Amino acid sequence: MAERTVIVKNVTMEFNMVSEKVDSLKEYFIRMFKRQLNFTSFKALEDVSFDVHKGEIFGIVGLNGSGKSTLLKIISGILKPTKGSAEVVGTLSPLIELGAGFDPELTGRENIYLNGSVLGYSRRFMDSIFDDIVEFSELENFIDMQIKNYSSGMQARLGFSIATVVKPQILICDEVLAVGDFKFQKKCECRIQELMSGNTTVIIVSHSIKQIRELCDRVLWLKDGKVVMVGETEEVCDMYIAG
Amino acid sequence: MHSIMTTFLRYRFLLGNLITRDLKVKYRRSFLGILWSMLNPLLIMLVLNAVFSSLFKAAKIDNFPLYLISGQTLYSFFIEATNGALTSVVDSSALIKKVYIPKYIFPLEKVLFSFVNLLFSLVAIFVMMLIYGVKPAFTMLLIPVPLLSMTMFAMGMGLILATFCVFFRDIRHLYSVLTTAWLYLTPIIYPMELLGDGFISKIVKYNPLTYYISYFRNVALFSTLPTLEDNLFCFGYGIVFTIIGIVIFKAKQDRFILHI
Repeated sequence: MAERTVIVKNVTMEFNMVSEKVDSLKEYFIRMFKRQLNFTSFKALEDVSFDVHKGEIFGIVGLNGSGKSTLLKIISGILKPTKGSAEVVGTLSPLIELGAGFDPELTGRENIYLNGSVLGYSRRFMDSIFDDIVEFSELENFIDMQIKNYSSGMQARLGFSIATVVKPQILICDEVLAVGDFKFQKKCECRIQELMSGNTTVIIVSHSIKQIRELCDRVLWLKDGKVVMVGETEEVCDMYIAG
Repeated sequence: MHSIMTTFLRYRFLLGNLITRDLKVKYRRSFLGILWSMLNPLLIMLVLNAVFSSLFKAAKIDNFPLYLISGQTLYSFFIEATNGALTSVVDSSALIKKVYIPKYIFPLEKVLFSFVNLLFSLVAIFVMMLIYGVKPAFTMLLIPVPLLSMTMFAMGMGLILATFCVFFRDIRHLYSVLTTAWLYLTPIIYPMELLGDGFISKIVKYNPLTYYISYFRNVALFSTLPTLEDNLFCFGYGIVFTIIGIVIFKAKQDRFILHI
């Protein structure tokens, strides 16, 4: 049996849904006084369990609101599950919405270091891979320009370059392969396959079944927060499309 | 404990980067750059001195302008640090929602950033001390004591405020009222002796900021050795508030993500 890098066990995530979010002290007291502080709870994930093996490309499919992003957030440690546990062995690099850590006032160069440190890497390590990041992003001429003057495609390219050049042991992609022009998209896909051969585990969430079929080894299908099936790509994709 | 240390070491580069970012963003666009942090207290001192020096003439404070600039600078440091920490978590929501980062990094960064600014402002105070001919004294070696214990106090307050701000955004309006009251209840402009010994003077006396500011003035301006009580109160407030801050922040931090 293959080595496991992500172990998700009986994860349940419950949210308190309020019809109107109370985020001020004034509102809170008014509502407490009027006894309107009732919550309805909503289960975004219910008893989800699965493993991801080392070095595989693991896809997650499901309709909007089926809990895919919540699941990724739990794996990355951003959300704590209400019940159950998610264990990750190794360093993890999230690619959720590229460039979230960019500061528009800083230059591309400064942002590479900032973003690297957001991902928890040291200065020495960032120094050693700086040139590779710039080269892969093809932004040599713009690297000392403030990010606020970048186009969104340029920002996305820089973000993708940082997240993948650091060679994480686990890479998480949430609908991000649709960045840049078709040429850069091809480059991204090549890079993902390259990372894979270098023993990186990749978890992909995508609505593009074509992309999932091309890239993934195994697929998880989520529906209303529950696992419908986990298995070989072709099998799951066929069932998913069938309904 | 061990894992807390390893996480902190892993993210210290981030901490450094965030502080440099704030410094760059603050000073990049201004002509006078870092000089502003030094000029600002000087200018405020001039204004306060012009208005209040005749008013408090009877109290006979030595070097009244120095009395003003030291109180004003330390007070501003505290306000800047806690206000920064207050919104730090909410302002970093874009990042917190996407990447795992230990969340205390954000309030800690704001407090340290204000501390760096304080160091620039201290240069202005030292220049003024030279101009006014304050003689070097051994007590000046104790200057770091009030500064460090005050930073701990600011850190504790910052953690508490940051936590509350996640759940109740209007806390910042309440806090601005509190800081205004705090300004008047701290002997920044007026001398302690003028208060007599009523109820208000008790509040002013046990106000943590009073301890830090008078400690600083005693060792830097008046070459007076601090008493044991001064030391106990300075560190006491610092340690107690830091612990309360950590406990509150730690208890609530997993729920932050649901509210930002």
